[in-house]
Amino acid sequence: MLGLVGESGSGKTTVGMALLGHVRRGGAVGGGSIRIDGRDLSALSQGDLRKLRGGTVSYIPQDPGTSLNPALRIGTQLTEILEAHATSMTAEQRTARLREALEEVALPSDDTFLKRYPHQLSGGQQQRVAIAMAFANRPRVIVCDEPTTGLDVTTQARVLETVRDLCRSHQVAALYVSHDLAVVAELADRVAVMYAGRIVESGPRERMFSAPRHPYTRRLLRAVPDIAGKRTVVGIPGHAALPGSRPEGCFFHPRCEFAQDDCRKAFPPVTDLGAAHQVRCYHIDQVAREAPPEGAGQADAHQIGANVVLAVQSLDAHYGSRHTLFDIDLEVHHNECLALVGESGSGKTTLARCVAGLHKDYTGKVRLGDDVLPGAARSRSNQARREIQYVFQNPYASLNPRRTVGQAIARQLTLFEAAGGRGEVGRKVSECLERVSLSSSAANRFPDQLSGGERQRVAIARALAADPKLLVCDEVTSALDVSVQAAIIELLGKLREQMGLSLLFITHDLALIRTIADRVIVMTDGRIVEQGTTEHIFTAPSAEYTRKLLANTPSIEVALGNVTAPAS
Amino acid sequence: MSTDQTVDTAVDLGLEAAIEGSAPTHEELRGHQWLWIMRRSLGLTRTRIGLGIVVLMVAIALFGRFVAPHSPTEFVAAPNAGPSANALFGADALGRDVFSRWLYGGLTVLWLSTAATIVGIVLGTAVGLVAAYSRNWLDDVLMRGNDVLLSFPAIIFILLAVSAIGPKLWLLVITVGLTHAPRVARVMRGAGQEVVERDFIKAAEVVGEKRWRIVAGELLPNVTSPLLVEIGLRMTYSIGIVAAVSFLGFGLQPPTADWGLMINENRLSISIQPWAVFLPILAIGLLTVGTNLVTDGVARAAIGLDRGGKS
Repeated sequence: MLGLVGESGSGKTTVGMALLGHVRRGGAVGGGSIRIDGRDLSALSQGDLRKLRGGTVSYIPQDPGTSLNPALRIGTQLTEILEAHATSMTAEQRTARLREALEEVALPSDDTFLKRYPHQLSGGQQQRVAIAMAFANRPRVIVCDEPTTGLDVTTQARVLETVRDLCRSHQVAALYVSHDLAVVAELADRVAVMYAGRIVESGPRERMFSAPRHPYTRRLLRAVPDIAGKRTVVGIPGHAALPGSRPEGCFFHPRCEFAQDDCRKAFPPVTDLGAAHQVRCYHIDQVAREAPPEGAGQADAHQIGANVVLAVQSLDAHYGSRHTLFDIDLEVHHNECLALVGESGSGKTTLARCVAGLHKDYTGKVRLGDDVLPGAARSRSNQARREIQYVFQNPYASLNPRRTVGQAIARQLTLFEAAGGRGEVGRKVSECLERVSLSSSAANRFPDQLSGGERQRVAIARALAADPKLLVCDEVTSALDVSVQAAIIELLGKLREQMGLSLLFITHDLALIRTIADRVIVMTDGRIVEQGTTEHIFTAPSAEYTRKLLANTPSIEVALGNVTAPAS
Repeated sequence: MSTDQTVDTAVDLGLEAAIEGSAPTHEELRGHQWLWIMRRSLGLTRTRIGLGIVVLMVAIALFGRFVAPHSPTEFVAAPNAGPSANALFGADALGRDVFSRWLYGGLTVLWLSTAATIVGIVLGTAVGLVAAYSRNWLDDVLMRGNDVLLSFPAIIFILLAVSAIGPKLWLLVITVGLTHAPRVARVMRGAGQEVVERDFIKAAEVVGEKRWRIVAGELLPNVTSPLLVEIGLRMTYSIGIVAAVSFLGFGLQPPTADWGLMINENRLSISIQPWAVFLPILAIGLLTVGTNLVTDGVARAAIGLDRGGKS
């Protein structure tokens, strides 16, 4: 099994599609060949390709919710696949194979299940059906395109196990396309790293993760948080090169600390390091000599104040007729980062919205300092609104596309301060932007002229413009690539030090928590199941649910056998 | 390398890339999407033709009176006289110069329909966006109220109001505006509903922005493309309705020159003196075709904009 890793826009899905002999609309294969069992795909006719797909090569899509036809029963869809390829089979044989395929992925194979429609299944079940379809014709090669991206860790772990077992038992080669290094570390035998449309390094899993030689691979690994140990994450400076604006020479050189003149001239050729480990870089020896970059900030011990900034007391929340939060109690101290972790539907976002005044249908108390806050943000005092600031998950939606960055921040300033003159506001806007490491020229930009990471910085700058005491971060990095996520985490750590901020950090990513949080609250089904210091949660969790969550979270260190899985 | 430096480089590179990636001519227009749509729509032939017609007709309506050979109420020839050197398109049923009356008669149609469009658009946009933003009982009240207004056929509603209160021009403006408002409201509510769900609206709520500021400052700038199309469409309908009401005699009163009225006054003698009817019909027809072509171009430009993802 080969793991193909890359950030968004690196071309990994395009490679996966090419393996199926498919080119997305508007694209064309420029050259080269794809051989499966010695047959060159480019030489095949459309008809032969169609037979090949689903038969010899099959595909597990990213989002089963959209790839299964919502109007057809599960049984019908599976039968279609078999009818198209296993033409020699009789109807009875097909039904038998169909049931076998479902049993392989641990789904019920009785008639009631076959009569279901996709919407009657959970996300995990839908993905299993997609896997069953992919394996039904006993393919030689399977392309998995981020099949677990939308799933919770627990479901993800089970789906990954299924894929791994099936590949082993049926001797199927698999290309696993993913942006998640930890998943690839757990699954793949070999790993290839893509950057800007090129494979920059490939090799056996152990060597790739323990002794990477390409600067990009190395920095990528430094950007990934891991549940196995508290470590600082370091972002990669600069921007991924986009198609159309790729630099001359090595595509990575503008972001590379080893870049020399030769890197700017031509793309480096493949260097074979033996043991099937190949790198495309001119300076591999130097890379091997120097230690990887160290981050600063977020892991350092810092002073947590004794005074409570935010207290939530016996909070119950409803969403329409649904009871979503049960008896929540929590406290956030001065300069503390409290992480709220849970799978989707655990109520963590609802809790954050109750705190911020976006969800007012609750009973119980939300206290800011000594004051009990009213439910709706509108009925709260200006002071209370200023002190709690909210940063949204998706920076693509949280900034008004018709406002410049400067206008957005200036509005925040005038809302919460006695507005000075124009020059005064302009100066303060620049200050806010500098605080999040954006240049002041960004003030004249519109959100769609910025990358995702830059937008999230703007959103943070806007929140900080109010000079808050508590920053509520709702999955602030989940829409971003790992290298960008690392940079944002670095930034939040730095800001917390400088401004004495308290953070309420909501996430589903346990590894991220280990990096940033002081204390952790684990939630499921609207209840707090465990809370404690980060070290405690990761080394000696007491709740069954926490243990399960930890065991299911993929980890590079655990996969490599460097450490045993925490608490399992 | 310290963390700060690392991050700073990231930013500078990123902004450079952003500058290269976008066309500089549109920089200043990003915040004013409507200007951008207008500019794009001007690239389409239909918009140019439409705009040419509209400009011509507006020029006639505004400045025609200054080049008119006669006063609109002056008797210059025998009733229903044919074209002559003195009266270029002949005389109407009372012997007044058709051409002069035609040159005078466009102004009222134009300003009445413009005013009615403004009333309808402002009212409808306000109602639609407030309904979209409120998402509660207010939404229901406003939209059901809308449905009640919609259930009246426009012309009947106007005639009812005019016959009850009298043929006042301000009444015409208000009633025509009122018949537009519910239709505009419906469109704007639909466009607004999608925007309201986005996080930047919640971001504004969290910091306690006033409701009207959210509607006017956050919501309105994000629905400019349907708004532009609505303005054009409502203008087209306004011209038609205003002309129809004048024709029916509920608008301007004789002896004022007015296109709608001219058709009515001369319709009986159409076989003897067709010019007196044909000229105003041509004018009203051209004006509506013109505004419609412009609207169509704007709509196409706005759709292309949405598809291009450059929102």
